[in-house]
Amino acid sequence: MPLTPELRRGFWRTMCLSRAFDDAMIALYWEGKLPIFQFGAGPLPGELHCSNGAEPVGAGVCAALGPEDMITADHRPHHVAVARGVDLDRMAAELLGRRTGLSQGKGGHMHIYDPAVNFASSGIIAEGMAVAAGMALARRLQKRPGIAVAFIGEGAANQGAFHEVCNMVGLWKLPVVVVVQDNEWAVSTGKRESTAVERNSDRASAYAMAGEWVGTNDPDDIFLAAERAVARARAGEGGTILELRTARLAGHFMGDQQAYIPAQMKQVDPLPLYREKLIRDGVLSAEEADAIAAEAKARIARAVEFAKASPWPEPAEAMAHVFAGEPA
Amino acid sequence: MSRILTMARAGREALDWEMERRPEIVCLGEDVFKMGGIFGTMDGFGAKYGPERVISTPISETGFIGMAAGAAMAGMHPVVDLAYIDFIGVCYNVLLNCASKTHYMSGGAVKVPMTLLIGTGGGYNNAAQHSQCLHATVAHIPGVKVVYPSNAYDAKGMLHTALRDDNFVIYLTHKGTAGVGWMGPPIPTTLAEVPEEPYTVPFGRVKVYREGTDVTVTGLGMSVHEALKAAAELEKEGISVEVVDLRSLVPLDREGIMESVAKTGRLVVTDEDYLSYGVSGEVIATVAERDPGVFKKPPVRVTMPDIPIPFSRPLEQAVLPLAGRIADAVRRLMS
Ligand SMILES: Cc1ncc(C[n+]2csc(CCOP(=O)(O)OP(=O)(O)O)c2C)c(N)n1
Repeated sequence: MPLTPELRRGFWRTMCLSRAFDDAMIALYWEGKLPIFQFGAGPLPGELHCSNGAEPVGAGVCAALGPEDMITADHRPHHVAVARGVDLDRMAAELLGRRTGLSQGKGGHMHIYDPAVNFASSGIIAEGMAVAAGMALARRLQKRPGIAVAFIGEGAANQGAFHEVCNMVGLWKLPVVVVVQDNEWAVSTGKRESTAVERNSDRASAYAMAGEWVGTNDPDDIFLAAERAVARARAGEGGTILELRTARLAGHFMGDQQAYIPAQMKQVDPLPLYREKLIRDGVLSAEEADAIAAEAKARIARAVEFAKASPWPEPAEAMAHVFAGEPA
Repeated sequence: MSRILTMARAGREALDWEMERRPEIVCLGEDVFKMGGIFGTMDGFGAKYGPERVISTPISETGFIGMAAGAAMAGMHPVVDLAYIDFIGVCYNVLLNCASKTHYMSGGAVKVPMTLLIGTGGGYNNAAQHSQCLHATVAHIPGVKVVYPSNAYDAKGMLHTALRDDNFVIYLTHKGTAGVGWMGPPIPTTLAEVPEEPYTVPFGRVKVYREGTDVTVTGLGMSVHEALKAAAELEKEGISVEVVDLRSLVPLDREGIMESVAKTGRLVVTDEDYLSYGVSGEVIATVAERDPGVFKKPPVRVTMPDIPIPFSRPLEQAVLPLAGRIADAVRRLMS
């Protein structure tokens, strides 16, 4: 697919929607947590890992996928979920623990599941690696179309699961794209402090996978690289480790003071850059760009309204869903 | 001199004292150099002891916890921070087959002195993968000592004991008891007068927090404090509750449990871990094996049911073994 103006306007829309979602969740998160911060307080309790800065990754990669493809995401799932088309109302309701949520309040923000768009996530680092590869294996065995994409952080690329799974993907030429989102940090640990190689894409050669690296955090570049990886997977040429430099603008999780980040490592917000680029390229006028951003905010405001107006689950519902095949 | 400390600060003092004197102690874990571990047990150690002794690791639990076991076999005493017990899934083989069994399998020839610090528990809406207790899952493995202080005095004394033990010790702290800001204000009953000097608290002895004559309520970690709240309520109703903190799962003070239940004749076992195949059954079996005749009524368990921990607040609150549920169980036993 060529990089059409239509597609690029779509990237902008997706990025705005994702940012609006995170900003709205951040605002809700701080309700009840000031002046004294406490994980369990307020309408959105627990840990919250926001995707601000990583929007180009979700927008660019998901645009290269078809509806039959499958995704696993990690503890920072919102940008991928939004780009994939996960139901926004029900995702917002899930974050607020409501009955109308994607999981009826069982999962919360790290555990977003929307089978309607083949989306799953997990809070255990690198868990999604094997799950994605297993999904790809299933499609091969079923002779059905569909590749799998595992979204992980650069920190997760040091888990044993990453290496075991990459080996099997290479060995069996499974249609898997491993998207390593390098936002430079795993909590307070910098990539250079934890990773023996400079680029995780270089590790691909050890596993007979293709390796690609994109350093711009720009959805155009990310899309083109993802398309190549997806094409290889669909053609039976096997897997790719696609490492994307990106950003983590809102800290590891809410409440992270980030005192460990030196001033010279301050990260750049990709949204204004992409907006400028689209205007420069004549894809959008400033007014059109801002109208899309405003529309995104309004859409998320409706999702938040839906969530807030939704009922809480009944306490007895805690006991339901342990096993399939039992009445809920 | 003693002062009132949180569990987190008290534990840090023990580790600091031992590290100052014993070069074989090294700290490992994710983010420990800059952030000092989940509860700040190693807070400031990066600057004080340097990166050779306070080692921030990649997110590679199988690797660095296995390496800790290897270093222990080679003469070190590693202290590893594993943040949340939910993450043991990644490194479980080290716990299950290596650090726990090497001494036995070698016929006593090889020691594995290492201390694994882990946070447990929920109550703050962090959902099924970040709220578990799983202490029974580790206590079930032969060859691991498992301790679980619930107040600052024990936190310091038991960590000194762990660091001087020649075995693999898992030292658990319920997140809600540690006295770290992100879990809210410290629970008053977790705070304690803590001597500045080092001291040890032996493993394998229950701690009776509060004496009583009608009902024994056993707890561990957070459930001790919920039991104490329930006991204070019940006192107003004229019910005298004895609150017993197990505080050491391996070794377990079975005689201490028996002594209390023999006195009261009624037992409520509280546990934030899952109901089945766990500590709550073990406590009841301990009494039943010694003398089921002491039970005036069948014992009652107030625990997390056998479900993954739900995210949503009303769901999680309904299944935690909180004071209200404990008090109701005691009332039922007394009626
Ligand atoms: C197995 C496991 N170990 C540790 C953690 C705690 N943890 C949660 S997020 C995180 C850092 C992840 O870094 P990275 O994969 O780079 O993703 P990022 O947070 O930067 O998006 C850690 C250590 C966990 N959730 N699971």
